[in-house]
Amino acid sequence: MSDIAVRVVNLGKMYTIGAAPDRYRTLRDTLVNFVREPIRRLRYGAGSGKETFWALQDISFEVRQGQVLGVIGHNGAGKSTLLKVLSRVTEPTAGYAEIHGRVGSLLEVGTGFHPELTGRENIYLNGAILGMRRAEIDRKFDEIVDFSGVEKFIDTPVKRYSSGMYLRLAFAVAAHLEPEILVVDEVLAVGDAEFQRKCLGKMSDVAQSGRTVLFVSHNMSAILRLTEETIVLEHGQLALRAPSPQAVDYYLSSGFAESGERIWQENFKKGNPFRPLALRLRDGQGRITNALRSIEPLTLEFEYELSEPVQGLRVGIYLSTMQGETIFTSFDTDDPARYEAFGVRPAGRFVSRCVIPADFFNEGRYVIGLNASTYRVRRYFQEDRAIVFTIDPAGAPGMQWPEVRLGPIRPRLEWTIQTVEGGR
Amino acid sequence: MNEPVILKPSRGWVALNLKDLWQYRELVFFLTWRDVLVRYKQTVLGAAWAILQPLINMVVLTVIFGNLAGMSSEGFPRPVFTFSALLPWGLFSKAMSDAGRSMLASRAMITKVYFPRLIVPLSKVLGGLVDFVIAFAVLLAMMAYYGIMPTAAVWTLPLFLLLAIVTALGIGLWLSALNVMYRDIGYILPFLTQLWLLITPVAYSATEVPAKWQLVYALNPMAGVVEGFRWALLGTRQPESLPLAVSSGIAVLLFITGLYYFRRMERVFADMV
Repeated sequence: MSDIAVRVVNLGKMYTIGAAPDRYRTLRDTLVNFVREPIRRLRYGAGSGKETFWALQDISFEVRQGQVLGVIGHNGAGKSTLLKVLSRVTEPTAGYAEIHGRVGSLLEVGTGFHPELTGRENIYLNGAILGMRRAEIDRKFDEIVDFSGVEKFIDTPVKRYSSGMYLRLAFAVAAHLEPEILVVDEVLAVGDAEFQRKCLGKMSDVAQSGRTVLFVSHNMSAILRLTEETIVLEHGQLALRAPSPQAVDYYLSSGFAESGERIWQENFKKGNPFRPLALRLRDGQGRITNALRSIEPLTLEFEYELSEPVQGLRVGIYLSTMQGETIFTSFDTDDPARYEAFGVRPAGRFVSRCVIPADFFNEGRYVIGLNASTYRVRRYFQEDRAIVFTIDPAGAPGMQWPEVRLGPIRPRLEWTIQTVEGGR
Repeated sequence: MNEPVILKPSRGWVALNLKDLWQYRELVFFLTWRDVLVRYKQTVLGAAWAILQPLINMVVLTVIFGNLAGMSSEGFPRPVFTFSALLPWGLFSKAMSDAGRSMLASRAMITKVYFPRLIVPLSKVLGGLVDFVIAFAVLLAMMAYYGIMPTAAVWTLPLFLLLAIVTALGIGLWLSALNVMYRDIGYILPFLTQLWLLITPVAYSATEVPAKWQLVYALNPMAGVVEGFRWALLGTRQPESLPLAVSSGIAVLLFITGLYYFRRMERVFADMV
């Protein structure tokens, strides 16, 4: 018996993607293909003639018994594929993995739930699908119901549940699975704040009970809190394995580098003296990125060129949430003195730069729109979604509570607590 | 501590891994139970459909083949004659089409959780047994009404039932695995069921088939099943042993090849389904 729980060696997973482009151009082609295509498919399999793509390539790592390992990476980096292979949902195409112990996966909660069945029936069904024995479910039944908080509706078909109740029940079943190795993917994104707190609590319990956990998340604070070591996946390859704080730093400052910048290549349009050149986002260290931390100031640079002097020009941003609510609008000549100084902006290249202070944004994704205009005279340039960036809240105020804070901003305010009476 | 599980690419034909299936036997039960519980939910007539479906089929077939086509029912009351064949046939046809579509219907589970995939078509086939038992009670009532006693050979009935299940599982395994790769199966299934009904002596008597074709006819295991049912229950002509052996052989062949083909294709299920 070794102390290794999971050993992954040169693991690879290949997918065939995307059908060949539609070649049916004429009726004749269509008719010929109508006959030829099924024969080709039968001969070479339905997946042939398509491009292949390695979702995972040459991944090797080990997880010790009782270790909680974080897995992070941008969308499409191969995290979910890795978990699918390790939880035996799909076979690897190359290499191998060695699993010591029963694997329980929380790839998606509520798998196999049937809307017509009652909560009670679904607990048994879902438990069995996740690999629990009937006796095991019997034993944990009360605990599961208690954790889910749906006691009153346990004999109601789940189709009558609210989506929150449904998720809570589903997570409750999955959370009471007691495998030696637990594979978790983003389950913390379910339910209301109170329930998320419960889930995180359960996760910590699991982590501390000496079970091996592979924890995939986009939530960097959860990764930092629950794991000590983390692997970073990039384009299907293992980019880094390091203590979690380092891995999170690496993740936040890499990968997105190219999309922290937007470049325009068009020439001057006829009759328009304004030409955009580039928009860049820089983090606290001046690196160009669109994955930023809320505890660092964000610098925004807009570079543009004027072909002739422009009177009363103002260049600015409007910032909004992904849902489209505007947070604020700001122009480079908002300050009256600067407006005077740049009454007429001469021809040439300019950079308008502004700094959004640290401790401003809440967690989430935000959109920057650009505008260059002369008030009530003319709009030279407008781009509503010039760039999108992500804010990670690690270190933000109130992060000791893993609840979702509403609202787009999360300022660090000066609080005092004054004892009026009592206190010792 | 258990043996470590090694996950690696599989090639060619793979072992059936029945041990794994045995460990998940409770899941077979739960999935079957789910299908049965859910089947007649939100219908007005509920479980009565388990009786009505073969009854309506019986009426249609009795009228068309008996009264219009005037085919023989070997001297037995035609309703009983037809119904006794519709029971195994209904079990088989339902199991075949449910199992054939089962992998696609269980896509959500298959792409999220590991369990032996064989469980999916298996539980569909077993789910049909409940309907069978209900309809069987009706058949017994009908026999009592017509004053027909089961023959001494009634003990063989479970064997013929087993033959029907093995056949249904065999074809169901083939179709469900093929359906993952080729969705055409979904369109072929209704025709397959119809054609199969025609080559099975449900609406007519197997004695209508000329003697020299009997062996060819027996290539359809369901022919043996239906004949066996009638013989064991009503006392029609006893099935000859050679055609019965052919039927059983084909059923076992279908089943075993189906198992291996299914296991072979299993590796791509999660990616293709």
